[in-house]
Amino acid sequence: MNKLAKIIVLALASVAISTGSSFAVEINKIHFLIPGGAGGGWDGTARGTGEALTKSGLISSATYENMSGGGGGKAIGYLIENSKSNHGTLMVNSTPIVIRSLTKVFPQNFRDLTLISGTIGDYAALVVNSGSSLGNFDDLVKAYKKNPSAVAIGGGSVPGGMDHLVAAMAFKAAGADPTKVKYIPFDAGGKAMAALLSGEIDALSTGFSEAVALEQAGKVRIIGVTSDERVPAAPKAPTLKEQGYDATFVNWRGFFAAPDLPSNKRRAYIEVLGKMYDTPEWEKVRARNGWVNIHNPGDSFMDFLSTQEEVIGNLMRELGFL
Amino acid sequence: MWDQMLLGIQTAFTLQNMLFAALGCFIGTIIGMLPGLGPMSVVAIMIPVSIQIGDPSTTLILLAGVYYGAIFGGSTSSILINAPGEAAVVATSFDGYPMTRKGQAGKALTIAAISSFAGGTIGAILLMGFAPALASFAILFWSAEYFALMLVGLSAVAAFAGKGKVLKALMMTLLGLMLATVGESSLFNAPRFTLGLLDLQSGIHFVTLAMGLFAVPEAFFLALDVLRGKKGGSKEAREISNLRINVKEAKTIAPVIGRQSIQGFLIGVMPGAGATIASFLGYAVERNLAKPEERKEFGEGSIKGLAAPETANNAASTGSFVPLLTLGIPGSGTTAILLGALIALNLQPGPLLLQDRPEVFWSVIFSMYFGNVILLILNLPLVPYIAKILAVPRTYLIPFVLFFAMAGAYIGQNNATELLLLLGFGVFAILMRFADYPLPPMLIGFVLGQLFEDNFGRAIRNANGIQFIWERPMTLILIVSAAVFIIYPLLRDWMANKRK
Repeated sequence: MNKLAKIIVLALASVAISTGSSFAVEINKIHFLIPGGAGGGWDGTARGTGEALTKSGLISSATYENMSGGGGGKAIGYLIENSKSNHGTLMVNSTPIVIRSLTKVFPQNFRDLTLISGTIGDYAALVVNSGSSLGNFDDLVKAYKKNPSAVAIGGGSVPGGMDHLVAAMAFKAAGADPTKVKYIPFDAGGKAMAALLSGEIDALSTGFSEAVALEQAGKVRIIGVTSDERVPAAPKAPTLKEQGYDATFVNWRGFFAAPDLPSNKRRAYIEVLGKMYDTPEWEKVRARNGWVNIHNPGDSFMDFLSTQEEVIGNLMRELGFL
Repeated sequence: MWDQMLLGIQTAFTLQNMLFAALGCFIGTIIGMLPGLGPMSVVAIMIPVSIQIGDPSTTLILLAGVYYGAIFGGSTSSILINAPGEAAVVATSFDGYPMTRKGQAGKALTIAAISSFAGGTIGAILLMGFAPALASFAILFWSAEYFALMLVGLSAVAAFAGKGKVLKALMMTLLGLMLATVGESSLFNAPRFTLGLLDLQSGIHFVTLAMGLFAVPEAFFLALDVLRGKKGGSKEAREISNLRINVKEAKTIAPVIGRQSIQGFLIGVMPGAGATIASFLGYAVERNLAKPEERKEFGEGSIKGLAAPETANNAASTGSFVPLLTLGIPGSGTTAILLGALIALNLQPGPLLLQDRPEVFWSVIFSMYFGNVILLILNLPLVPYIAKILAVPRTYLIPFVLFFAMAGAYIGQNNATELLLLLGFGVFAILMRFADYPLPPMLIGFVLGQLFEDNFGRAIRNANGIQFIWERPMTLILIVSAAVFIIYPLLRDWMANKRK
């Protein structure tokens, strides 16, 4: 076959592929919309996902746009208002989108967007100083029931935010009054950890992966993880569930698209993100960041978010934040 | 112990690691000079590249170099065009820029370089000698003490409460504290004072305010000079690029550098404080220690007032490695990013690092000596050339200043609203300068305001009241010294006036 014939065949083939695309679209490039500044958790998730997708050849290119403002509300508003021109855009988000739409920090909620997939997550953990007299979660509950205002629980989020809710959820599961939690908010997880070591707070509610790093250093002890079963990364850390307290929580991260995205395009996004998990490139990115694969594609993402919204909403109402 | 350190020396002084230390310092200084890109963003940008190197020691040596290089370079725009691009170099502009106005830009840059070098090197010596021992010092302070420490830092505004300006300085400080409350606070679950605007929800950003209050009015007054017929440029050029410091000046700043290296380092060790607090405290303490005639020069171009914050912020950035390396706790945004890099390299920061990978631990520390020498060699010969920027005719310099102000405000957020805010603060600052109100107290109030409120709020919650003020001795000592710092100078001036 001469060169010309080759080109013609290739050209015909590509026409065939592109006409077929109205039925099953190929995702070739993705524009990632990041609702926060460079260097944050959302930023890392979007750029890591883009890196794995392009390096593994699943898509040919990825672009990124940081749009901070309104705790993420600005980017959500933008995606909804400019829906038609943003069919090539995926927005990264996480648990706060549920909490912030409940507290009306922004008027929209996740149902106003097209749900693609929840991709990764982190469990929460309750942690004490390794020299603490509190040996397990039972001891913490006992101390709390005796005098709630003598037990200071710290965390890296605002009152009514994720870390506070996790602590309240755990005490509620223990039959104690969740509204009495003396929650001390810090503006970053690291400072809260310093306060735990200095004795300023008695226990810390934080992300599981952060807690694991410090437990390995021998400074703190994890007394309760919010997963269903023990996590392989820290097989010695007990779950709340196995101690008899039914409190589970996942801080997820995932991707959303414009509201009127065609359904075939949505399927294609879901598929390409699903394929990503089997690539060594993703494994490299995941391991580098210490993320846990928690995959909720498409409709199961909706179920997951609806459940989380209900659980968090009920708890926040009980605590008086709604 | 000794053989471990020796191993660290061997690792640090391989050709590869020395080259990467130098490269990190170079990149850090150059990018750090641009307002708007502070150490945190520079380190974040460098992480993906540096992780590709593979060798953990080299990666960390490079990143550490970028970090203290950026702090080193950050002072340049503060001194030359009154545009502090990062909170840790605000105090540098208090006396650095007045020196530039007096035509001593070269000298100011030299003093900044030498102070930075000394702060960084003495910091590295302290880090080497006492890092493991200081781990317990890092977790000595509770929120109550941090609150009191912020009060001591706020006493730095006294430097701008000169004749007839006490009330004005206090008003501007309060205004700064008020601006710090805009947006979401870590204490409450709702945004405050945002006027319903999404763009204000994450608060007012430091760079926008700093550029609006300092750089924009500077451009305006430079333009006024041009209108009044002052062209600037050639006449002053020779003096501008003169970087010589005489023996008397060296003797004046030597004790300042000595004290602030240690004080700055210790403040940097504490996770809730860091380089910004260290620079304000350094400024406040040195002003109070200075002789009365020297004290008058603070804020007007005092070499002591320049050397103090420059030494302190560099020593503090070295000190912030103590909680990171010995406890695995990041005390600042930048060290939090470094912690991420350590974990990505499969290193366990904290006490185990010294046990498992002593060569990494010690080589990073030893590379700091070398890095600081590199920074000095890199910066001193450049001083005359950098200072010559000022010899550029004003008509070209003004758009340049405005460009940096706008780029700085925009880069961090990618949000055009920042430009409107910048303009608003700029106009406000110009009016305030016509009315002779000092602007630095406003920025001090703003920078310390959030930490001040957060720590106060946490302390109250934890103690269920304000009894922590007298129940915790360290808190009481710090509050009393803050009160003395603020009241004593006023009292002394009042007595002096009365005697006359």
